[in-house]
Amino acid sequence: MLFTSYEFIGFIAVLLTVYYLVPRRARPPLLLAASCAFYAFSGWENLLFIACTVLSVWGGGLLLEKNLARQKARLCAGELSAADKKAIRDGEKKKRKGILAAVLLLNLGILAAVKYLGFLTEGLNGVLGLFGAAPLSAASLIVPMGISFYTFQSIGYLVDVFRGAVPAQRSLWKFALFVSFFPQLVQGPISRYGDLSRTLFEPLPLSYAVLRRGLVRVLWGYFKKLVIADRLSVAVLAMTGGQDRGGFALALLFLYTIQLYADFTGGIDVTIGLAEAMGVTVAENFRRPYLAVSLKDYWRRWHISMCTWFRDYLFYPVSTSRLMRSLTKGTKKVFGDKAGRKVPLYLSSFIVWGATGLWHGANWNFLVWGLSNWAILMVSQELEGAWGAFRKRFPKTGGKAWRAVAVGRTFLLVAAMNLFDCYPTLGGTFGAFFSIFDPRAWAGFSFSSLLSLGLTGADFALTGVAVVLMFAVSCAGAWGDVRDRLEKMPFALRVVLLLLLFFAVLIFGAYGRGYDAGQFIYNRF
Amino acid sequence: MEELLEILNELHDDVDYETEEHLIDNGILDSLDIVTLIAQISDRFDVTITAKDIAPENFNSAAAMAALIRRLEEEG
Amino acid sequence: MKRVKTILRVLCALLLFIGTFLLLQSLLTPKYVDDVVEGAFVAEYYREKKDHDVIFIGDCEVYENFSPAVLWEEYGVNSYIRGSAEQYIFQSYYLLEDTFYYEKPSVVVFNVQSLQFGEAQSEAYNRMTLEGMRWSPAKVAAIRASMTEDEHFIEYVFPLLRYHDRWSDLKQTDFQYLFHKKTVSHNGYYMRLDAKAVPENLPPVKPLGDYSFSDRAWSYLDRIVEACKREGVQLLLIKAPSVFPHWYDEWDEQVKAYAEKQGVRYINFLEHTEEIGLDFATDTYDAGQHMNLSGAEKCARWIGRILAEDYGVPDRRGEEALSAAWAGKLASYRAEIEEQKERYGLS
Repeated sequence: MLFTSYEFIGFIAVLLTVYYLVPRRARPPLLLAASCAFYAFSGWENLLFIACTVLSVWGGGLLLEKNLARQKARLCAGELSAADKKAIRDGEKKKRKGILAAVLLLNLGILAAVKYLGFLTEGLNGVLGLFGAAPLSAASLIVPMGISFYTFQSIGYLVDVFRGAVPAQRSLWKFALFVSFFPQLVQGPISRYGDLSRTLFEPLPLSYAVLRRGLVRVLWGYFKKLVIADRLSVAVLAMTGGQDRGGFALALLFLYTIQLYADFTGGIDVTIGLAEAMGVTVAENFRRPYLAVSLKDYWRRWHISMCTWFRDYLFYPVSTSRLMRSLTKGTKKVFGDKAGRKVPLYLSSFIVWGATGLWHGANWNFLVWGLSNWAILMVSQELEGAWGAFRKRFPKTGGKAWRAVAVGRTFLLVAAMNLFDCYPTLGGTFGAFFSIFDPRAWAGFSFSSLLSLGLTGADFALTGVAVVLMFAVSCAGAWGDVRDRLEKMPFALRVVLLLLLFFAVLIFGAYGRGYDAGQFIYNRF
Repeated sequence: MEELLEILNELHDDVDYETEEHLIDNGILDSLDIVTLIAQISDRFDVTITAKDIAPENFNSAAAMAALIRRLEEEG
Repeated sequence: MKRVKTILRVLCALLLFIGTFLLLQSLLTPKYVDDVVEGAFVAEYYREKKDHDVIFIGDCEVYENFSPAVLWEEYGVNSYIRGSAEQYIFQSYYLLEDTFYYEKPSVVVFNVQSLQFGEAQSEAYNRMTLEGMRWSPAKVAAIRASMTEDEHFIEYVFPLLRYHDRWSDLKQTDFQYLFHKKTVSHNGYYMRLDAKAVPENLPPVKPLGDYSFSDRAWSYLDRIVEACKREGVQLLLIKAPSVFPHWYDEWDEQVKAYAEKQGVRYINFLEHTEEIGLDFATDTYDAGQHMNLSGAEKCARWIGRILAEDYGVPDRRGEEALSAAWAGKLASYRAEIEEQKERYGLS
C-alpha cells in the first residue's frame, strides 16, 4: 500500500476515526492490529518475516536483561575482591555477547538473504567467470516491505538493551508494535526505542488541535510528494531511460535531486504527521539538508535516523573495537603518533560508508556512492586544518556571501553524487556524468528540449512555483514551527490557506492515469 | 583533568572546555572527534572506553568525561 | 458558548470546502459540448419527460443510424435513443434497468453489435457511458461490471480525481457550461450531414479464429431479454446497417438461433438495404461505419413502419402537450440541419 494510493487514504481515514473513538488504553493495541493489516495487505508472507524478527529480538532482549540481573545479583552477593568482580563481569558479558551475536546473525542473515543474494551471486559469477566456470543463477526472493527499516530498528533496540541504555520490553505485543508501527514501514525513519517507546505505548492525549496539526503536516507531505516529486519523476524516468547526455544529464542531476528531496521528506512528513495525529512522537529525520555548508554538515541534516544509526551501532563499535585498538598500536609504530592514529579511524569510516552504500541498494553503484562520500569526507577532514588557517588569515571568508557559496558548492556535490541513485550500473552513472563536460553531447540541446521529456511547459512552470514554495516553507522552519504560526492566524485566513493547499494537492498532484483528450475522441476502427 | 584538557585542546583549540557543557548537543564534537578523543584517552589513562560508553551525557563536558574516566578506572 | 462558536466555524469551513470541491469538479470534468459530443448523450435522457413508447439501446450504431424526429413526424412515435460511444452490452443492460426505473416503453430496440465484447475495451469509453448515468443501484452495478484493471470506483464517485489533470487543458466552454449544459443530441440522435462514400473496392474481410461470442456477453443478452419479459416490454433485436466493422455471417447465425430460441424478433438491416433505399455512396459520413442524416432518416422511416404496424406503437400526434414539446425539438433539429449545411457547404 503506497502512501499515495486510494487504499492508503481510505485505510487511514477509517483507522483515525476508530482511533479517536476508542478509549485511550485501547489505542496501542488498535495500532498493532492496523499495522498487521497494513503489512498483510502487501502480502501475507511478509508477516512471517516480520514475525521472525519480532520474536527473535524480543526474546533476545529478555535474555540479555535476565543476564544483566543475574550479573548484578552475583556482584552483590557477599564480599568480592576487585579481581573476582571483574571475572564475573567478563564472564557474563561473554554470554551476553553470545546472545547478541546469535540474534544479530539471524536477522542480518534474513536481510542479506532477501536483499543481497542477487548481488552476491553476481559478484561470485564475476570471479567464476574469470576461471571460465558457468554462472550461477541468482536465487531471487521477494523483498518484504520495509525490511531494512524494521531490521535496523530492531537491531538498534537489542544493542541498546545489551549496553544497558534501555530496559528490555517484556510485553510481546508492545514490542511487535514497536517493530511494525506502520507509518514507518514504507520510507522509515529508523526510530530509536528510547525515543519512540515514550509515546507509542502511551500515546499523548488526542484533541481536535492534535488531529489538525498532524493532518496539516500529512497534507504538506502529500504536496511535496504528489505535486513535485511524482511530476518530476516523469521527466527523470524519461532521462534515465536513455535521454541522458549533455544538457539532459545536467537537468537530470538537478531534477532528480529536487525529486528525491520532495519524495523522501514528503514521505517522512506523512509518517511523522500521521503519528502526531495519533499522539505518537516520531523523531525528525531531516533538517534543511540542502542548506548544508559541507558534506559533513549535509550528513548531519539528511536522513538523520539512518546516519546516527550507522554512527552509534557500527562506527563507534568498530572504531573502538579491540581489533582497531591493536591496529592503532601497529600503525603508530609505522607512521608515527599522529598519522598512525588516523589509519584505523579512516578504516572504520571506510567500513561504515561501504555498509551505508550497500544498505541503500545491493549493487556496485551504491557501494561506489558510499565510498565516494567517504573519500570526500576524509579529504575535507584532512584539509580542515589548512582551511582554518586560511580563514584566520582572511576573516572575510566567514561572511554570508561565503556561506552561500559553500551551500551552493555542497548542493552541487550532493546533486552530482545523487546520479549514482539514478542508474543500476556504474557505466550508466559515469556515462551520464561525464557527458555534461562533453560539448558534443550538448549539440542541439536547448531549454525547449526539456519539453520532450513528457512534461509540458505548464508542468515545469507549476513545478517551479511549487519548489519555490517548498523552499520558502523549509527556510521558514528555521525560525520556528511553521504550523505554530499557522495556528496563530485568524480562523478565516487559516481555513483559506489550508483549502488552497488541499486543492493544490488534489488538482495539481500527479496521480491517476492523466488526461489525454485524444483518448476521448471516438474513433472506432 | 589537566591532562584531559590538554587532549581536548589539541583537538579543537577554539573551544572553552571549562565552561562548555553541550559539546555533543551543539555539534562541537563530531563522531570523528569522539573516536580520536577515545583513542587518546585510552593511551594516556589506561582505560578502555567502548561504544557502550559513548553517550552524550558522558561527553557533553570536560567534567563529564573526567567522571567517565574515573568510573572506568574504578571498575578496572 | 465557545463550543457553539467552534462548531459553527467548523461547519462554515466544511461548507466552503464542499462548495469549492463541487465547483472545481464541475469545472474540470469534460463538458462534451463541442468536440466529443458523444460523451454527453447518456445524461441528456434525464432532462426528458419520460413517457416514450420506443427506447433504442446500444452503441453508435443506434445513435447515428435512427432519427427519432422522423419517427415522430411520420408515425407519431415518441422515441428516445439511449446510446453512447462503444456502449458495451453490460452497460446496455444496466442502462435498460435504469430506464425501467423511470418508464415502461412498449418496445425496446437493442443493437447486437456489442455482443462481440465480453469485457470493456477502453477506460475513456467507459467514462463516456457511465458518467452521465444518474446514481442508482444500476449505475453502481454498471461501473462494477465495466471497470478496467487500473480504474477505481471512487473516481466515478468523484470525477475530479479522474480529471484533475485537465487544469492545463481548460477551454472557454468549460466555464461557459459550468452549471448548465446545452443539449447536443436530438432525443439521443447524433446528427451528421456530411457524406463519405463506402469505397468501391472493399478490402477483403479478415477471417476470425473463433466466431463465438463470450459467455459474459451472452449472459448480459439473457438479462436484457429477461428484464424486458419481466416488465412486459417487447424486445426487438437489430443489427444496424453499418458496413464496418464487419458483421460476420457466423455471428449473424448465432444471433438468429438465439432470437428464435428466445422467441424474440431479430432484424439484420444489412439484409434489407435495398428495401430501405440505402445508398452507401451518399448515406454515410465515414465510409460505411455510421449513417449520416439521409441514411438515419431512411432507417427511421423503415423501422417506423415495423414499429407502428407490427408492434402497434400508437400515433400520438394528437396529444397536445407532446406535440408542443416535439414542435420545439423539431425546430432545433431543423436549425442544426441548416447550420450543418452551412458548415459542410451543402445546398
